[in-house]
Amino acid sequence: MITVITQAIRFGIVFLYGSTGEILIEKSGHLNLGIPGIMCLGGVGGCMGAYWTYQAGAPAFLVVLVAVLMAMLFGGLGGLLYGVFTITMRCNQNVTGLSLTTFGAGILGFWGTQMGEKEIMFAPASRYAFTPSLFFGNSTPDNWFTTIFMSHGVLVYLGILFAVIVYLILNLTRTGLSLRAVGENPAAADAAGIPVIRYKYVSCVIGAAISGVGGAFYLLDCTRGSLEYMIDAMGWLAVALVIFSLWRPNISIFGSFIFGFLYILPRYIEGVGLAEKELLKVIPYAVTALVLIVISFFNKKETQPPAALGLPYFREDR
Amino acid sequence: MANSEKHVKEPLVHLTRRMNVSASFAWMIRIGAFILSILVCCLISSLLSDKVSFGFFFKYLFGGTFGSSMLIMNLLRDLAIYLLLALAVTPCFKMRYWNIGGEGQAMMGAFGCSLVVAYASGKLPVWGTILLSFAAAVVLAVFWAVVPALFKAKWNTNETLLTLMFNYIAICLGAYLIKKVAPMGTGILNFQDGTLASLGVGDFWIIVVTVTVLTVLMFIYQKYSKHGYEIAVVGEAPNTARYIGINNKKVIVRTLLLCGILSGIAGFLLVSVKDASFLSDSTSQSTVAGRGFTAILISWLAHFHPLAMALTSFLVVFITRGANQIGNMARLGNSYAGMMVGIFFFFIIATEFFINFKLNFRPRAEKAAPAGAGPKPAGEQEGTV
Repeated sequence: MITVITQAIRFGIVFLYGSTGEILIEKSGHLNLGIPGIMCLGGVGGCMGAYWTYQAGAPAFLVVLVAVLMAMLFGGLGGLLYGVFTITMRCNQNVTGLSLTTFGAGILGFWGTQMGEKEIMFAPASRYAFTPSLFFGNSTPDNWFTTIFMSHGVLVYLGILFAVIVYLILNLTRTGLSLRAVGENPAAADAAGIPVIRYKYVSCVIGAAISGVGGAFYLLDCTRGSLEYMIDAMGWLAVALVIFSLWRPNISIFGSFIFGFLYILPRYIEGVGLAEKELLKVIPYAVTALVLIVISFFNKKETQPPAALGLPYFREDR
Repeated sequence: MANSEKHVKEPLVHLTRRMNVSASFAWMIRIGAFILSILVCCLISSLLSDKVSFGFFFKYLFGGTFGSSMLIMNLLRDLAIYLLLALAVTPCFKMRYWNIGGEGQAMMGAFGCSLVVAYASGKLPVWGTILLSFAAAVVLAVFWAVVPALFKAKWNTNETLLTLMFNYIAICLGAYLIKKVAPMGTGILNFQDGTLASLGVGDFWIIVVTVTVLTVLMFIYQKYSKHGYEIAVVGEAPNTARYIGINNKKVIVRTLLLCGILSGIAGFLLVSVKDASFLSDSTSQSTVAGRGFTAILISWLAHFHPLAMALTSFLVVFITRGANQIGNMARLGNSYAGMMVGIFFFFIIATEFFINFKLNFRPRAEKAAPAGAGPKPAGEQEGTV
């Protein structure tokens, strides 16, 4: 049971990174369906960074740092691309996002194939850098509490930290208030003197950068450096988690554990047929659909998606 | 105000919306972007791999799609399936109902068809199985399309997100069905009988003829029928629609019913006619294999015009098949095609910007060259013609 909970936390963090980034983006009124692609790009960047620094013999701390920065760079570039298309060029957000997903998944697959041919392995770099010893050392006692809460790699805690910071910025600062205004009613925000375009760009790029770390985390920590091409499936669950947590990073911290639990449950459950295990995978999506229906039924202002979500903003339009 | 204007720097580019865009101008930009995207793909490929030269790239790009009559038939068949999926979602988009659940709806169609074939073949006569599987495909796809529409009509539930979730629920259900029917199998259900393919009917003619007829019907429906007009009014101005006595909710549900029927036919064609197999997996190729998502793009690029969609789906199929061929020949792996298709999509999406907006450069006394302002210089040049 303790193993299940520990694993649930680890896999949940992938969704947490993705959803924290996506919440930031959606709060600016942009529905980025390219999150799966951005997570793939982040995965590529993170693996590259970790591999290079590991080969250069850098200490564990530096390996992690460079991996995270590279993941953020790659993810951020994906977000910038999305931003140029949807903010400046006012293209349809759904279409752009889906193309970005195709593109990102293609890049990861292509790059992975090339690395496979050159027989470059990422497992050593990840084993070296993403073990708990970096954070708490080996001196921690061995009981259920430390196993659940203190046995993870450093990126797990970074993910929670990101979510808390985004929550605080969104809810307690003037910047966050302005950002939410941009997502609710960009014309009013513009009239109030908020630089709408700048806010949209910053949130799209930073949000994508945070999501990118999720991809790197999945490849380097969850799969221990073996290149799996399942990141895009993780990305869709991250988008689902945004809705599940009602666009609030503080709820999504707990939501991510639930999603992580549901995601790994089929692996650990016994006495259930293979078919039923497939059926269990429906639960996160089904629950999210239910949440959507319930929030629309109660129609409370606090639980709605940002009002201008998905709509392009052009100042000269009526 | 006049005082402060002196301090404000005038931006380099000022955007204005184009009001009357001629069709020929729009198509010129699109064709220009298409050619440019292929050149960029070619350039990137030759940088990525030593094996790919310009000659190699174009040889297999065209060879992979037009190399033989067999390949051309496959091209048309694939084109037809993309077109059908795009036709299904088009009236929804026209109504500004962002149904991105085409993937899931077609998946449910394929699911319904497979369900009947898996359990009824052998117990019923072949034609009975086929008819029943067709009915099941349509019923399940309609159900999958109409349920989110009901919630949209009743409580204004966000349809983009809800249909997105429904896609993945459908894919998971498909995986469940496969494991239920063949627990130890390879993850693919192959049908020996009970499908049109097992009767030895060629997939090409059935698919191409069905889709051609449906395309023409959809064109007439959208352009000349009362329903088509109502869809356009509900999309453009819901309040006007209410004022002139259109029941918006009824129109939404009715349109999604139509969408479900077409998706169901697509699912049936994919399982019963094309492959005689069913495959559901969120990570690798599956029966619908992301075509439902691509169909959104096809429909959107053609401005929801059924006949123009034939052309846009041709472009998508052409680039996909060509890139696959290049990837195979240069041994670049399966994902190479995805990457190239992604680049192609970006170029085509960008055309909308140059069609909808006009770039007005800041007038300069010395008339410096306005270089590097936009991400796509070629489109700009066309834009200023």
